[in-house]
Amino acid sequence: MNDQSPKIPQTLPRQSATFTNEINSEIRRAAATGIYDIRGGGAKRRVPHFDDLLFLGASISRYPLEGYREKCTTTVTLGTRFAKKPIELDIPVTIAGMSFGALSGPAKEALGRGATLAGTSTTTGDGGMTEEERGHSKTLVYQVLPSRYGMNPDDLRRADAIEVVIGQGAKPGGGGMLLGQKITDRVAEMRTLPKGIDQRSSCRHPDWTGPDDLEIKILELREITGWEKPIYVKIGGTRPYYDTTLAVKAGADVVVLDGMQGGTAATQDVFIEHVGLPTLACIRPAVQALQDMGLHREVQLVISGGIRTGADVAKAMALGADAVAIGTAAMVAIGDNDPRWEAEYQKLGTTAGAYDDWHEGRDPAGITTQDPDLSARLDPVAAGRRLRNYLTVLTLEAQTIARACGHNSLHNLEPEDLCALTMEAAAMARVPLAGTTWIPGQGGL
Amino acid sequence: MQSLDLQAESLRDLNARLHAQSEKTNERDWEILNPKGSHALAVGLDAPIDVIVRGSTGYYTAGMNKQATVVVAGNAGPGVAENMMSGTVMIEGDASQYAGATGRGGTLVIKGNAASRCGISMKGIDIIVHGNIGHMSAFMGQSGNLVVCGDAGDSLGDSLYEARLFVRGSVKSLGADCVEKEMRREHIELLRDLLVRGECDADPSEFKRYGSARKLYNFNVDNASAY
Repeated sequence: MNDQSPKIPQTLPRQSATFTNEINSEIRRAAATGIYDIRGGGAKRRVPHFDDLLFLGASISRYPLEGYREKCTTTVTLGTRFAKKPIELDIPVTIAGMSFGALSGPAKEALGRGATLAGTSTTTGDGGMTEEERGHSKTLVYQVLPSRYGMNPDDLRRADAIEVVIGQGAKPGGGGMLLGQKITDRVAEMRTLPKGIDQRSSCRHPDWTGPDDLEIKILELREITGWEKPIYVKIGGTRPYYDTTLAVKAGADVVVLDGMQGGTAATQDVFIEHVGLPTLACIRPAVQALQDMGLHREVQLVISGGIRTGADVAKAMALGADAVAIGTAAMVAIGDNDPRWEAEYQKLGTTAGAYDDWHEGRDPAGITTQDPDLSARLDPVAAGRRLRNYLTVLTLEAQTIARACGHNSLHNLEPEDLCALTMEAAAMARVPLAGTTWIPGQGGL
Repeated sequence: MQSLDLQAESLRDLNARLHAQSEKTNERDWEILNPKGSHALAVGLDAPIDVIVRGSTGYYTAGMNKQATVVVAGNAGPGVAENMMSGTVMIEGDASQYAGATGRGGTLVIKGNAASRCGISMKGIDIIVHGNIGHMSAFMGQSGNLVVCGDAGDSLGDSLYEARLFVRGSVKSLGADCVEKEMRREHIELLRDLLVRGECDADPSEFKRYGSARKLYNFNVDNASAY
């Protein structure tokens, strides 16, 4: 070959769709460490979601309400089935369970403050009840988890509702995890654990095993609290029809159903991304279970996992939820992953919006940490106000949509208000594909 | 003595009567008649009262007890004294699974045998069993003392944290990270006190002590096969 020979065209370097840079980086990380990747948050993969649904809005066949003049109610009552003192909330958006330990004291206080200002509830987590959250939460839901860290009857009695946690969407079938970096003196004392150990909670409750036992456990909790408190049962989205049925059979007042986009403080990435159902796929089977038992609206359904906007709230409610719960969005509202800390995220090898090593306790925003200096960065009063503002926006947005669809209450939203942009979303949400009357897969559970 | 007869009144009324007793109550002695295996009997008590249950009970007897002394003159179902905070619960007969589960304080005495998972996730409770205990007992035990005058089943103390286990008889097998430890003088003294509280006349020197090897406290890839 000489210089006069024609140059052979080169193909462009081709990256594998299977062995992506991201996958290869994980292989290299695994090879270097010998341990799975642990992170916080929910599923990051693209799954069918509320974005794949659209509201139809009113025109001739339906009559809209005046956006600024006609009432659209937002209140919701949870626990009407058996509890003597059901919970009355001004808005149908609650704050999901997040533990002190996973979150800092100021972060828990901020969640309580924001929820109270907005007229809604907040929830404890896998670490017991702190004074910060009880003191600043008008309505506080107390979780009964497999670990029973900090569990005591006094806190049961001073809670406004009790949530028996069977699982969560990020890791259905898995227990909690809090690594040694975050087990400070206070966290260790609350959980009766040695300081600095890797805490891996059990995935099953220690004193009951199946739905018949759960019924008796709920009886015990009701007897201890004089049948006053609503009892929620929280499940991770896997078999929503049957799990909802069993939770109701066991005596739940409220079923909390968490899809795979729902966050966790820490677990294996492979667990988060590969176990569980998208939130969108959970709602209709759960509603059907309630309808089949004649208990839809009598047992309330709270949906969580990837709720970000008022549109998401409205869509979940149109599909049959009585309320929703937010976790990740609430954290973002109080300051998580804020670009103002970009320089520090870069030092941690990440970037704002992608930071998910919550288990390491080095959160620049002072939220997922127990480091006193980092925690002090979060002003719980200001952060509480931001959360209140955000909750207000969610509510206003949901009302805007409901009025446009002709409803004077968020609870009057219905599946007929929706259509789907994709076949997958149409099948999961059981609403027609846009522009058609076709609901794929209708007839199955 | 105040009598509560489950043949004549409901579980709700019974527990409400017991809950109504305050720190300063002068109605300190109670008996429960005709329990007939009822669940959630005498749960959530929080007063210095003595309750004797004349018969066998179902799940969660004396659950989350504080201050009270509850005696079951019979056998107890699963989860007796679960998450107990303080006080004393004594079972004259046998106890089913999960006895003393997650208990944070107080004393649980079982004069017969206890089934599997006795003291699971215990967090400070003292449990004294006159007879044998079943498999997976003291699983993830965090704090407190479990005394077994008879034998222990498989996987005793699996994934144990800081709970102390004393067994007089045989141990079928130890769970992950649970090892036999030296019985020092302070342990003999501790055990002597526990046996007195448990109304057991066993000789402390006949017991062996088991505890956590603390090798699984922080993840190490070399221990992966133990998980």
